[in-house]
Amino acid sequence: MISERHINFLTLGLLVLIPLWAYGVDEPFTITLMTRAVIFALAAVGLNLILGIGGFVSFGHAAFFGLGGYVMGILAWHAQNYSPLMEWPLLIEGTKSMPVIWVLSILLSAFLAFLIGMVSLKTSGVYFIMITLAFAQMMYYFSISWSAYGGEDGMSIYVRNDFPGLNTLDPIQFYLLCFVILMAALWLMSRLVKSPFGLALNAARQSPQRVQAVGLDLHKLQLLAFVISGAITGLAGALFADLNRFVSPNMFSWQLSGEFIVFIIIGGVGRLFGPVIGALVFVGLEHFLGGISDYWHIYLGVILLLIVLFSKTGVIGLIGKKEVHDD
Amino acid sequence: MTDVVLATHNITKSFGSLVACDNVSIELKSGEVHAIIGPNGAGKSTLISQICGSQTPDHGRVELMGQDITSKSARERALAGLGRTFQISQLAMEDTVLQNVMLGSLGRTGNPWHFVKPILKNSALRDEAESALERVGLIDEMHTETGTLSHGKKRQLEVAIALTLKPKVFIMDEPMAGLGLEGSKDLTSLLDQLRHEAPILLVEHDMDAVFALADKISVLDYGKVIASDNVEGIKKNTVVQQAYLGGDE
Amino acid sequence: MSFVLIAEQILNGLQLGVMLFLMSAGLTLIFGVMGLINLAHGSLYMVGAFAAAAIAGLTGSFILALLAALTAAAIAGAMVEMVVIRRLYNRDHLDQVLATFALILIFSEGTRWVFGSFPLYLDIPSYLQGPVSLPGGIQYPLYRITLILIGVVVAIALGLMISKTRIGIRIRAGENDREMIAALGVDISKLYTIIFALGAALAGLAGALVGAIQSVEVGMGEPVLILAFVVIVIGGIGSIKGAMVGSVLVGLTDTLGGVFLPKILQLFMDISTATNVGSSIASMAIYILMGVVLIWRPTGLYGSRL
Repeated sequence: MISERHINFLTLGLLVLIPLWAYGVDEPFTITLMTRAVIFALAAVGLNLILGIGGFVSFGHAAFFGLGGYVMGILAWHAQNYSPLMEWPLLIEGTKSMPVIWVLSILLSAFLAFLIGMVSLKTSGVYFIMITLAFAQMMYYFSISWSAYGGEDGMSIYVRNDFPGLNTLDPIQFYLLCFVILMAALWLMSRLVKSPFGLALNAARQSPQRVQAVGLDLHKLQLLAFVISGAITGLAGALFADLNRFVSPNMFSWQLSGEFIVFIIIGGVGRLFGPVIGALVFVGLEHFLGGISDYWHIYLGVILLLIVLFSKTGVIGLIGKKEVHDD
Repeated sequence: MTDVVLATHNITKSFGSLVACDNVSIELKSGEVHAIIGPNGAGKSTLISQICGSQTPDHGRVELMGQDITSKSARERALAGLGRTFQISQLAMEDTVLQNVMLGSLGRTGNPWHFVKPILKNSALRDEAESALERVGLIDEMHTETGTLSHGKKRQLEVAIALTLKPKVFIMDEPMAGLGLEGSKDLTSLLDQLRHEAPILLVEHDMDAVFALADKISVLDYGKVIASDNVEGIKKNTVVQQAYLGGDE
Repeated sequence: MSFVLIAEQILNGLQLGVMLFLMSAGLTLIFGVMGLINLAHGSLYMVGAFAAAAIAGLTGSFILALLAALTAAAIAGAMVEMVVIRRLYNRDHLDQVLATFALILIFSEGTRWVFGSFPLYLDIPSYLQGPVSLPGGIQYPLYRITLILIGVVVAIALGLMISKTRIGIRIRAGENDREMIAALGVDISKLYTIIFALGAALAGLAGALVGAIQSVEVGMGEPVLILAFVVIVIGGIGSIKGAMVGSVLVGLTDTLGGVFLPKILQLFMDISTATNVGSSIASMAIYILMGVVLIWRPTGLYGSRL
């Protein structure tokens, strides 16, 4: 058994060394694959807050991922066509600036999470699962029926958006950008779980009655967690759209929501690096199994079934033991 | 009657045809320990639930410091100064003992909206939590995972959390259960000090503790208060002896 | 907007509602009795449709195709219950979600492997083709009328089965108290397998019936599954009556919203904008309905527990 801390360092090492190696031997495809894993990890880090710490199984996080994607798509589409997004009541132009797109993705995803959370967090358990799934499906059909932005076909953005001082079309530079954002999110999470908010949220999952009996506002805690969670996943969506230079209703699909949960389970629920390890393993499986067979989802399904039926703790739990400490 | 801190007025609660709480009126005055006793199923838990806000009475009122709190939520009652312990431990079992107690301090200050600074670095809250643990005798276990504690120690932790709330009234739901002789002696003397900080409504099966502490005892049977008196009065009361003390309890 | 158009759309809504009922009845029973959330219910719908298409292709008989759908879905359901689902009853919802998500992957890819990626087509039999004339001058496809009738018959049969028969009494007992029915000497694991297979058969039947008016393809089950979730969230989890009311509400809202919202909006804006905006809003109508119901009643119309 190795400690969770060592596993985290090991994962971090892989995230740095694999792309560096790929850069050295000029394998841009591997870098793109790693970028995909890092972005998925970011989306799942967001989900892990409400699922792992908050205890609410959201099966609708693709709603935020897709929204982030569409924020990027819509802004960049208007910018590349030189048509304003809105002329009245005030003129809003599209933009190709990543920081602006990110901020808007975060804000709008947070707002959507607020709306969905207001309704769905009044329930729990299986109701919550179905309701979040349904709301994500609502976004999916909405994006299909909104023909102004590509409808079912989605939108292509020809050139990746800009970040000051970087050439974002260079795979390693774009990877670096995503990696730094993932690290920032992980840092935030590592602080969050030890903060007063994290303590209260964690306790709310384990004993809601206790949290109310000490006078804390259960609903507000969980709603805020859901909002932060949605915002992070939304940001990941904007990055994902930029990676592919393409957005489509598929970013809202229920499969994607399911896969985010899968990342967390593979890595270990509620653990800081769980989503990262899960996303790496998933993208790895997708790549290698996908190379062996067109029907690799069957193998994935079997592996998942085995994990659920026989291991309760995910990959980190298999090789490292859970530690409890307060600082 | 300004010294009545907590009162129920004719509260009634039925579940179908079962009347779990039948027209119960009790009072708790400052400085007092008021014990509620009665056989299992007598309605003690239902009474506590209605006082603490996890159930609402069908009829009647609950008052805290003269203020009607009958329709308030459990959270609002806690903020109004009601500090309770649970009969079945309500603790964050995966967290440490210290973290559980700090939750109480956090609740009292009412501000969990800090996201970056670790709560354990908040020395004011931490000192408060540690002194509460000191008082209940759990300070050596403060870094232990709560789920691994013995049953009795979980009860002590429940009391410690209530302490950090600095409440206007303590509601203690069987705090002695599983404590053992030594432990219940210690807790009895702690409760004896605590009554000067806030009066205690004590539901307890441990008669030694009840007789040592209580200024007043109310006996519940089939949802009704069948007697309410001081220790001597209850000991002599023939109705009580029949219903309860004479039984196999 | 003529009376005929409105009547036709109401019938379309009913037809969708009835098919949703076949899906949601099984889901809500399985949740009510076993406490299990089953994402793979959509796969059983797909299994039914593929079985029907395959048998219809071999024999040319629509009746045999429907029987095949019922049987194949029931067998698949019973097998899945015995191999996987059985181990999940005492697990938390997260495990159930994940395991049944894995089952979707296995079913979908397995079907693609056997039947290929191209959609299959199941033809409406000649004796059910063409329109019928209804009172009021309404011409409506005979097949869709048949669907509505089949749905109504199944709903009545299910209602009778649950209120009158021995197995129905056991199901109701199981919803209320699992230990009690074990104490009554009922073989609980057999009962669970039967309920699961029954729910699966209904889903398979729905898949086959709908397969004849849409294409039969991998992934056809999940959109219907999510609609069925909306239905049982609205109706209240565990309630057959709720599933019935919810299905009709969702069916009507979805169909009528899609047709009438753009037309209503045309009163305020130009036609192309109205069509765009109207169809976008209509695509969200049932979810908005769900939200409203939940704000009003967090456990659904006929739900009792959270």
